[in-house]
Amino acid sequence: MKSIVALNVNGDRQQVAVPEHWTLLETLRYGLGLTGSKQGCDKGDCGACTVLLDGEAVLSCITPVWEAEGRDVTTVEGLAEPGRLNELQAAFAETGGAQCGFCTPGILMSAWGLLLRSPSPSRDEIKEALGGNLCRCTGYTKIYEAVELAATVGPTARRRVPPTLPLSPCSGRRGRGEDEA
Amino acid sequence: MLRLHSYRYHRPAALADALALLAEHGPAAMVMAGGTDLMPNMKHRLFTPDHVVALKGVAELRGIEEREGELRLGAAETLAAVSRSALVRAWLPALARAAGLVAGPQLRNMGTIGGNICLDTRCTYYNQTEFWRSALGFCLKKDGTVCHVTKVGRKCVAAHSADTPPVLMTLGAVLDLASPRGTRTVPVADFFVADGVRNTVRAADEVVTSVRAPLPGPGSRAGFEKLRQRGAIDFPLLNVAVALELEGDVVASLRVVVSALGARPRFIGGLEKLAGERPDAALLEAVARRALDQAHPLENITVDTEWRRAMVPVLVRRALAQALAGPPGGPPPTG
Repeated sequence: MKSIVALNVNGDRQQVAVPEHWTLLETLRYGLGLTGSKQGCDKGDCGACTVLLDGEAVLSCITPVWEAEGRDVTTVEGLAEPGRLNELQAAFAETGGAQCGFCTPGILMSAWGLLLRSPSPSRDEIKEALGGNLCRCTGYTKIYEAVELAATVGPTARRRVPPTLPLSPCSGRRGRGEDEA
Repeated sequence: MLRLHSYRYHRPAALADALALLAEHGPAAMVMAGGTDLMPNMKHRLFTPDHVVALKGVAELRGIEEREGELRLGAAETLAAVSRSALVRAWLPALARAAGLVAGPQLRNMGTIGGNICLDTRCTYYNQTEFWRSALGFCLKKDGTVCHVTKVGRKCVAAHSADTPPVLMTLGAVLDLASPRGTRTVPVADFFVADGVRNTVRAADEVVTSVRAPLPGPGSRAGFEKLRQRGAIDFPLLNVAVALELEGDVVASLRVVVSALGARPRFIGGLEKLAGERPDAALLEAVARRALDQAHPLENITVDTEWRRAMVPVLVRRALAQALAGPPGGPPPTG
């Protein structure tokens, strides 16, 4: 039997019919088709499923979907403006902070959560914030460098601007300002 | 992919509602705080409750405040909130440190102080999928009759793996519990029992509502050290918490708890004989020696048991040095 859960995902209000025992990750991936958040260990160890819940990094694979009801969920799909990477994603591309890419969405979300509360973090703060995300490809140096590079862009540029480009085909979200009052 | 079993998830907003749900569903219900331990355990089919009563929305379980000579922490405050709280950092720095060393950042954003205190014990042969456990014929703690650690033992030796209780024990903290049958207060030192299957005196329908620790005096010092393989995520291989009272230039009293070796955290005995000594290297050595003599880790974790034991005196010395070097607890700076 399914129940309807109301979520606010990447700024969009969504109502999804889910089996009551589903996690937030299962709802995002299999209910909403937002497959950016990865199902890695699926038991709260690896950090690949990290999303922001009201701005705080949490593990969606061990979050009952009902804990997210009525709250703001931000997934990796919510970072890029349509057709344009945000400064954190662009910094990862610039420094080579991703290799196979499986851990990258979770690392981006942990780092984004850090930048939201600490716009100019020290290297130690970055290491601490990414301590719950496992990467088995790169080592972490280029990842730390990417977060530092994104931080130099500064909080002014981090403010969202209305999109000027059309909806990206790979984006699961509507362009902001299309039909919203 | 680890699927959960089918269950009802209840989110009461008041303690009375939570207790009513626990009374209504009895043994079919379990309480969940942050869920960082219970959710993976449910995915491993270690628990399959029909009803889960979530505590994070219960208003009475929130808040960190100083009152009547105590610091009171609502049990549903997150470990991140405890580790960052100005009150906790100022009054009980060792507790803030322990809370900040639990797991990784996401788990501290989710997990709570009450949940950490009630954490299930852990063992190589227990924290595995149902398939893995069935292949081995299950174990004493869950679904089986044999302990794969001791081979012959009839007692479960899964390890107490929470980081904050050792500190709370040395600080003399107490827990407030509520159930459909009423309320009671239990010292953290009396909360744990040496049974790995169920290592606390909490009944299944009991909720830890708050943790209260006495505010330390000007001579009080405390420290905490954790041994783990990586700098984040991992459960402890060994925990050491110390608290001491200085009077003039001598140590008037001293408490040391060693944890993560057996099913419950343990006070190191015989330390009263060291009262009146100066806090110098000889004292540190004497405490470290007693701790080593009393620590007997078992192969309940897949990490060299001899190394874990050898690290006991090392961590005791570090925790004592940390306590002596740190500031006394006091009110947070104002302005």
